[in-house]
Amino acid sequence: MEAITTVELVLLTIVSAATPLLLAATGELVTEKSGVLNLGVEGTMLVGAVTGFLVAYVTGSWIIGILAAALAGVVMSTLFATLTLVFLANQVASGLALTLFGIGLSSLIGKPVLGRPIDKIPSLDFSAVGDIPLIGPLLFSHDILIYFSIAMVFAVHWFLYHTKSGLVLRAVGESHVAAHSIGYPVIRIRFLATMFGGLMSGLAGAFLSLSYTPMWVENMTAGRGWIALALVVFATWKPILVLVGAYLFGAVTIFQLHLQGFGVQIPGQILSMLPYLVTILVLVIISRDAVRVKLNAPACIGQIFHRNN
Amino acid sequence: MPIKLVARATHSTLMMWITPLIALALSLILGGILFQVLGYPPLKTLYAYFISPISDSYGLSELFVKASPLAMIATGLALGFRANVWNIGAEGQLTLGAITGSALVIYSPEIDHFLALPAILVLGILGGAAWGAIPAILKTRFNTNEILSSLMLVYVAGLLLSVLIHGPWRDPAGFGFPESVDFPSAAVVPQLVTGTRLHAGTILALLIAATGWVLLSKTWIGFQVKIAGQPIKAARYAGVHRNRVVWWTLVGCGGVAGLAGIIEVAGPIGQLQPFISPGYGFAAIIVAFLGRLHPAGIIPASLVLALSYLGGESVQIKLALPIGMTGVFQGMLLFFLLACDLLVHYRLEFRRANKPIVTASQEQ
Repeated sequence: MEAITTVELVLLTIVSAATPLLLAATGELVTEKSGVLNLGVEGTMLVGAVTGFLVAYVTGSWIIGILAAALAGVVMSTLFATLTLVFLANQVASGLALTLFGIGLSSLIGKPVLGRPIDKIPSLDFSAVGDIPLIGPLLFSHDILIYFSIAMVFAVHWFLYHTKSGLVLRAVGESHVAAHSIGYPVIRIRFLATMFGGLMSGLAGAFLSLSYTPMWVENMTAGRGWIALALVVFATWKPILVLVGAYLFGAVTIFQLHLQGFGVQIPGQILSMLPYLVTILVLVIISRDAVRVKLNAPACIGQIFHRNN
Repeated sequence: MPIKLVARATHSTLMMWITPLIALALSLILGGILFQVLGYPPLKTLYAYFISPISDSYGLSELFVKASPLAMIATGLALGFRANVWNIGAEGQLTLGAITGSALVIYSPEIDHFLALPAILVLGILGGAAWGAIPAILKTRFNTNEILSSLMLVYVAGLLLSVLIHGPWRDPAGFGFPESVDFPSAAVVPQLVTGTRLHAGTILALLIAATGWVLLSKTWIGFQVKIAGQPIKAARYAGVHRNRVVWWTLVGCGGVAGLAGIIEVAGPIGQLQPFISPGYGFAAIIVAFLGRLHPAGIIPASLVLALSYLGGESVQIKLALPIGMTGVFQGMLLFFLLACDLLVHYRLEFRRANKPIVTASQEQ
């Protein structure tokens, strides 16, 4: 077996950097398609990351860790869904509350394991095919969450555009009044869509603390939850474009890391600004076409639904 | 379900001012339960969190030190939130104000002029306003979501501060610590009470809250802000220029956040450091909501959130509770408040489940 070349290494790290964004953005896309804007992705990812790490650390099993992170994500999003769908609270404010709460909670419960090392989630073993140059490491050397993240993009695309349930979910997001009057359970559908978003954010967090770093560090998401939200807009609410966007962002992140590594004479902090500046830039490019955004954005996004209205 | 939600014709003013108190009470109860779960005696811990930090005059002065930036920023945010302009990047605007204001001291560390302090405060305001102007121009020119753009700029501002303070702005005589020179006395915000850190910024915070109140209730600007939060059609009829409101709320809030930032540096901290705020820009969002987006409510709300910081530090020192407790308490408070808001806009009606319900539409 040949040593991994630099090109392969760069491509591999891009995949790793893209995966948390892809997981979180795919989940949030489904949530938003149902008409709910959950700005709590960042906080949910953090709680997922710390829960996944803690459970994996205590049980010694990364599988249980991943499942626990997913569950933590669902719990966080259920909190959000209860506030916005049952108590009819403002979605923007509730999402912010979820993120502020998640930052505090993760720091609170993660204190005992702060900075402790853990074994990374192992890569799946494809034996011989993994040895093919370039393609081998690139396609067959990843852990299960990476394959899962890509599979979910296509699964979500198929669900939204090729199943009746997907059609109903989109209808609820386009006009909750119409969907309700035909007899669809608006609140229940939005609840489920929000919980799915939370599950995916929890997994995104688990990927960070069990595979990408693998370690628990306070605020280790570093704005990835917010970048995931921007990615959904960038992708104009289309799953396949989320995939493209996440890998573009992964490439930007890795590009700046490697520039720092090659000793480019720019302070590291300036290069670290790059992902955030690129996020703003792509948002500007996409949003300036107001008609296109309006055509693709779910019409009821962020609006409160109450049956008696 | 026997409980039914009925929308109120107009929101309940009574409920609007009672619900923050209910939310506070619920947060205390849940906080106590949480302490119990974490293995700390609940009553003793609650006492250490909420009472002992402010049981002496120094503690009280610290409460005002922490409440001042919160009240300033929250007043700015409240104007924006009323107009549905969601600036959540006040933390970045605060950081930029601290940077631009400090520039004067960094480049003339010996400055000794009575205009030094006013000059750095104005520079701080301009820096924060400029940082707020970025999401404003992106929103008005390119239709870019201000939530995401203002938030991304928080990270950019933090990195900018880091690069300056680890590099060219580091005190050459500071043994390599990432800190600027100490502010000379002409550039320091004056103390109000000797022996405490209470400073003139608290008076500025009260003035800003008062100005916000007048702006909101007595002027055309306040009217525009309130109308701009209504559906677009209503706003157009009233002759409101949405873009202008976006500009003024973001730039104005950026300005006060920048002021809050430079006051922290030129007041309690005394030099530029890598960490100048424990998240005041984010906590101010909670202050704005808890204070009902109104300066009269924002002032007491800023004291509550300031206490959440002091209490967090207190239980960390006394009982070794992680500092994350502060964020948990702040988050819980906002959750409960948002949930209680239901009572402002809806009435709860209790009915027996099987009794036929005659609604207004069926009567017609």
